[in-house]
Amino acid sequence: MSALFARYPILLVSLVKIVVLLFVLLTAVAYLVWFERKVAAHIQSRVGPYRVGPHGLLQPLADGVKFLMKEDLTPAGVDRFVYSLAPFVTMTLAISTIALIPFGPDSIRIFGQTTPLVVANVNIGLLVIFALTSVGVYGVALAGWSSNNKYSLLGGLRSSAQMISYELSLTMSVVGVLLLAGTFNLSEIVRAQEGFTWRLLPKWNLFNPTLPQLLGFLCYFVAGVAETNRLPFDLAEAESELVAGYHTEYSSFRFAMFFLAEYASMITVSFLATILFFGGWLSPFPATPLFGWTRYLPVALFGVGGVILVIHGLRYGTALGRMELPALGVLLCGLAALSARPGIVDLVQGPFWFLLKVFVVLFVYVWVRWTLPRFRYDQLMAIGWKFLLPLALANVVLTSFAVVARK
Amino acid sequence: MTAQLAVFLALAAIAVAGAVNLILQRHPVHSALSLIVVMVALAGLYLLLDAEFVAAIQIIVYAGAIMVLFVFVIMLLNAGAEERTNLSHAAHFAGIPLAIFLLLELSYRVARASAPMVAQPVAEGATRRLAMLLFQDFVFPFELTSILILIAIVGALVLAKRDA
Repeated sequence: MSALFARYPILLVSLVKIVVLLFVLLTAVAYLVWFERKVAAHIQSRVGPYRVGPHGLLQPLADGVKFLMKEDLTPAGVDRFVYSLAPFVTMTLAISTIALIPFGPDSIRIFGQTTPLVVANVNIGLLVIFALTSVGVYGVALAGWSSNNKYSLLGGLRSSAQMISYELSLTMSVVGVLLLAGTFNLSEIVRAQEGFTWRLLPKWNLFNPTLPQLLGFLCYFVAGVAETNRLPFDLAEAESELVAGYHTEYSSFRFAMFFLAEYASMITVSFLATILFFGGWLSPFPATPLFGWTRYLPVALFGVGGVILVIHGLRYGTALGRMELPALGVLLCGLAALSARPGIVDLVQGPFWFLLKVFVVLFVYVWVRWTLPRFRYDQLMAIGWKFLLPLALANVVLTSFAVVARK
Repeated sequence: MTAQLAVFLALAAIAVAGAVNLILQRHPVHSALSLIVVMVALAGLYLLLDAEFVAAIQIIVYAGAIMVLFVFVIMLLNAGAEERTNLSHAAHFAGIPLAIFLLLELSYRVARASAPMVAQPVAEGATRRLAMLLFQDFVFPFELTSILILIAIVGALVLAKRDA
């Protein structure tokens, strides 16, 4: 094994990156659930999770333990092989897309190997992501079919019909971006968005001087929400009609896998939205002396956040909170001190701006869920085929003309 | 044995096993799943030839769209497991001999072939070259095919609307 790694060091480096990313992604997914519950609660004038740890911060941990301890039921009459296969398919496909996401422009050194901030820098990165998401529908469809339950079957059917319909709009909506960038490689797509119009407005595809991809982004986001089966498009698990849809019969950790997959797909859609339309890791400020101070924004944000956490934590109601929150605050301050060091300051720019933009997109995602009511099934199909698809096609035609006119 | 050959053999074995399983399974959904395995293995073979675009399209179109429709229809019709039947007379007297003959002919041709019958990996920039071929050199047949598919779609719509 060690001989293999000595001969192909890239294997070891990739393994390290995969392990780190997987850990970060699964933690992010768990805390996205917490974040969603908190936002939902505040939208509805509640406080949300508050009991497990300060501000409910240990809730994801408690949920995880609960999922592991519960009985894993297999109902009578299910197709056993497909029933156990479905959650694995869903989960694996949902989390493997992260391998293709570039987090920053710089390279880091692991074990003496210089390596970019992406696990797999593929020429056709965007297509690979679409391939992974397009196969992801099987998990939902097969879970619904194999459960031997009418509600599950209806949920699975609805979901597969919906995902086929919206996949078209999703794919067509990014063609505009591809025309402007001229490549499928995600890092190259981000690099194509460098620069500023009138030295102020970033040349992100959303504000592209050739043709702002506003239509493209609208189609992408609506189709992305539908593709991840979230409100207002969550007909696959409409609880008022179908109990819980395709995962009605699943319990314990198999249910958790569907649950995690949904949130992992949300993160993937937000990653892609940031890369394709919001300039990925690019800073929104021009690199002129006037905006030189923005390089220290990550440091300032971590530092101020850390200090606030320490002050707030010391006055928190419970003893656990008085320990945990200040500890988190000190950790953040340490992060701030680390990212203020000369070599690190430039390295954190890319990931910082990238993750900040992703966070904003994720917030909108959650916000939409708790604002809009669910569509009827015929409305869902009408939006997909009669509104979104023509709009995405119009965007392709308009962008093509704009690109040709610019040449 | 090079790594290339090892990966090829593994993918080929998976593809053949999936195809055999497709015929042997009694339930349509299991057969459809086997077919998806075959499609993904084929995509892997394309990837081995550096035809990344074709590999991605193979998965997006065949595994991600066409097979989803297959599975969708099987689920919608709620088709159950099929009965096993004995071979029909036609299969006995024509099918089996013809299949053996085809197999023999293929192995004879492969064994006698003078040029190496291994597909060569395409050069760098395969996606760009494919696009040039499709949209410049063969743009007329390509668009003609699109119109043909469009006619089929309109035809399907007309047939579906007639009863309503």
